[in-house]
Amino acid sequence: MKRGFTILAIVTGLLLSFALYEALIAAPTERTMGDVQRIFYYHVPSAWTAFLLFLINFVASVVYLIRRDSKSDIIALVSAEVGVVFCTVVLVTGPIWARPVWGIWWTWDLRLTLTLVLWLIYVSYLVLRRFSTSSQTAKLAAVLAVFGALDVPLVYFSIWFFRTQHPSPVIGNGGSLDPRMAQVLLINWAAFLCLAWLMSWTRFRLEVLKREVEEAQSLQSLLEPSR
Amino acid sequence: MNSLHYLYAAYIATWAIHGGYLVILVRKYSKIQREMKKLGK
Repeated sequence: MKRGFTILAIVTGLLLSFALYEALIAAPTERTMGDVQRIFYYHVPSAWTAFLLFLINFVASVVYLIRRDSKSDIIALVSAEVGVVFCTVVLVTGPIWARPVWGIWWTWDLRLTLTLVLWLIYVSYLVLRRFSTSSQTAKLAAVLAVFGALDVPLVYFSIWFFRTQHPSPVIGNGGSLDPRMAQVLLINWAAFLCLAWLMSWTRFRLEVLKREVEEAQSLQSLLEPSR
Repeated sequence: MNSLHYLYAAYIATWAIHGGYLVILVRKYSKIQREMKKLGK
């Protein structure tokens, strides 16, 4: 287990360094936006990673509601937390990219607003988990996660079905992305996926340890009066 | 502001967010370690 973690950490470090080189130096410069377009290599993979983590959160929450096992509950918590980290990157890099290209930091465009709502839903989920003392917290959080996940396809498909300020998809059906740029994009996504996996693994282990400590503490407090 | 400044700002912000989260994880781990030591006594 420890060896696997070390290997993943090394692979992630190497991949992130290579992806950074590819994004900043090797990728061709975009004709109209220039170098600022390179933000794309961090902005888009972060969004995809966040969507994937929120999808994992949804599946784990449904499994928890059916089986009530603590492993699904921990997976749901961890994926939401790491997903919020990646979604924060999306919400920060987006306006930094928008300012030189659109001339504004933010606009209440459908894609942008839905992404902000998505972030707020999962922050609420984490706040609920952090501060609620009810024995029903895990169940309530799982229900919130199921409803929250409905926003993920809305965010993703908003640029397909509505005319928005946000650019249309550049990859997949109808996309016109340069093949070399697509390659750099996928390398960066692979690097971010490894980073997300590493963060989730660490956070999962921490949560398991935390629950074991809490269990031991409650056992200790039960035994104390008899001493 | 030069467009390169925006590019660097975005990359630095990304790493600051990831770094900040890693710091939170390390602090959580230290807290659990302390509690485990306390339990062991």
